[in-house]
Amino acid sequence: MKKNLLLGDEALALGALHAGLSGVYAYPGTPSTEITEFIQMNALARERGVHSDWSANEKTAMEAALGASYSGKRALVCMKHVGMNVCADAFVNSAMTGANGGLVVTACDDPSMHSSQNEQDSRFYAEFAMMPCFEPASQQETYTIIQAAYDFSEKHRIPVLMRLTTRMAHSRAVVEVGEAREQNEIHFPENPRQWVLLPANARVRNEQLIKDYATFEQEAETMGFNQYVDGKDHSVGIIACGIAYNYLMEQYPDGCPFPVLKIQQYPLPTAMIQRLARDCERIIVMEEGQPLVEKRLVGLLPTPVKVSGRLDGTLPRTGELSPDCVRAAMGLPELPVKAASQVTVPRPPALCQGCGHRDFYTALNNVIHTYPTARVFSDIGCYTLGWLAPFHAFHTCVEMGSSFTMALGAAISGVHPSVAVIGDSTFTHSGMTGLLDAVNAKAQVTLCISDNLTTGMTGGQDSAGTGRLESICMGIGVEPEHVRVIVPLPKNYEEMERVIREEIEYKGVSVIIARRECIQTLKRHAAAKKVV
Amino acid sequence: MKQDIILCGVGGQGILSIATIIGWAALDQNLQLKQAEVHGMSQRGGDVQSNLRVSDTTINSDLIPKGACDLIISLEPMEALRYVPYLAPNGWIITNTQPFVNIPNYPEMDAVNADLDRVGNVIRLDVDALAKEVNSPRSANMVLLGAAASVLQMLTPELLEDGISHVFARKGQAIVDTNIAAFRAGLAAARK
Repeated sequence: MKKNLLLGDEALALGALHAGLSGVYAYPGTPSTEITEFIQMNALARERGVHSDWSANEKTAMEAALGASYSGKRALVCMKHVGMNVCADAFVNSAMTGANGGLVVTACDDPSMHSSQNEQDSRFYAEFAMMPCFEPASQQETYTIIQAAYDFSEKHRIPVLMRLTTRMAHSRAVVEVGEAREQNEIHFPENPRQWVLLPANARVRNEQLIKDYATFEQEAETMGFNQYVDGKDHSVGIIACGIAYNYLMEQYPDGCPFPVLKIQQYPLPTAMIQRLARDCERIIVMEEGQPLVEKRLVGLLPTPVKVSGRLDGTLPRTGELSPDCVRAAMGLPELPVKAASQVTVPRPPALCQGCGHRDFYTALNNVIHTYPTARVFSDIGCYTLGWLAPFHAFHTCVEMGSSFTMALGAAISGVHPSVAVIGDSTFTHSGMTGLLDAVNAKAQVTLCISDNLTTGMTGGQDSAGTGRLESICMGIGVEPEHVRVIVPLPKNYEEMERVIREEIEYKGVSVIIARRECIQTLKRHAAAKKVV
Repeated sequence: MKQDIILCGVGGQGILSIATIIGWAALDQNLQLKQAEVHGMSQRGGDVQSNLRVSDTTINSDLIPKGACDLIISLEPMEALRYVPYLAPNGWIITNTQPFVNIPNYPEMDAVNADLDRVGNVIRLDVDALAKEVNSPRSANMVLLGAAASVLQMLTPELLEDGISHVFARKGQAIVDTNIAAFRAGLAAARK
């Protein structure tokens, strides 16, 4: 056994490689990015030719992985939680096709919204799709469970969801690792009808999936990842899901006096939960994210045991769990604490000094401020920081790609100027189809691509359309004379403002590409050259 | 034995390099370690921290409970104060004295210093100046690690130097040397 110091993300990546992975398919997103990056840098992955190039978005990633699974290979899909919304069609229907080669989908949830716009809990997706789900409690278990997940996927011919949360994804611990097994050869499914989801086939498969789901629950009772540990004091029983288990055990270094049901695998093991309910007067549910388990236990009708958790205020309704809130939930006294400093002030993140987004927003603001009716629709990326002081540069930011299409809807509704700002990577992720809608609608919109030649916010990954944005826009149907390229630098403000103003006045679809390399990747490229 | 450490500063200052070296040393000594990092949006000039727990027995939580932190290592004085509620009653703060001012409402330094006095056990160093003195201007974070080495219990300075050599090896011997020089300057200053 070799010891490594690994992030939860890295333990998952290495476990997948050791399970005989042939390809990882992903779009960068905090806190999932490091899974794919680890595989990209891994020597074994290179030697074996494991596919690890970034996908254009989570849906293309999910579909490509499904194609790999169809071909008999083991595939991994990785994304942040909101990526599940992007790939939902493919994800849900992959439970209908089932898997051939082992297929694991990893969703990294972000409770407390460290780098995200919501707190959605991916476990709901697994339940919704009738798919098994694993939620490891430690980095070591992440390494072990991902391998078990591939076995599960191939045994039951079903894709499997792995759910990590930020503190697992981005926390390092000592992990003992084993040897890598062989990759799969190409082989096609034994049940070819199942992969053609015509209604007649899908109805048959749906019945089978419902039966299989009962088997998945049996597995959750017996595989050993869900554990019932009895305690002396039966006044309370605790259900601790994923990393909540660690926060609980932190309070009891010599062992928890209460019965504990540790959950790392779904569907929920009904028999184990019924035992806990029989044994204890009250159950406290500790789960990261939304109260999925608690709500199920509480239901709508009176329960024989009292159920506590996030819904009754025993734990906070929102935000990630901590050892402190779990301590309070267990009724333990607070540790003596020094008073918080009254001197500190918040230090919000900001666009880097010298960043091209800054210069683009400065020029855009100078023009926009002369149009009192203007509305600016922005998008997801570093440039979202342009909402903060000193720029206050736009009015909306919702989800990947929404800038172009919200600007379109506003323009159709009579708003002028209607301006969108999107990054290059977000544009190829989900802006291109919106651009096609705008072209077909002949709307008067000014769509700006702030092109820093990378996926900046997640640390500078390759951007899918680099070097081809003009031809993509023209191919979609934007008039070539209204695809304008500017270089966002202070010395160019006058020209940038002239171009922006001209295109706002144009009665049709314009695309303005403000192109200058991200200064973070520029520094990195310069440093790499020095070493060479 | 167990030591809970909060590393903090401003995104881009290099707290993760400090964490990586401590992590390497802990692994080398067969110790248990958990290190929760901040990635993503905050790295763009916002406040960043890493919870680092080193122990010779099992570590449960990846996060340090309030009132349990033995040591705050901060590359920025106001950021050190942000985590005071996590500090144990006899915990230590080791901080850079030079503020990183990238916000318009940064507090008066007198107020920051007075509040550090309130906390007690504080080692203050101008790590940027010390780094320059030993011709390692870009290794201020290693000066701070050197200072922290004076109170790190399970990891000796020699071991941490091995960690520096290991972590910076692929950048060449010159980079390793400047970082070790910075580390030694920090250790010497803290022992004064």
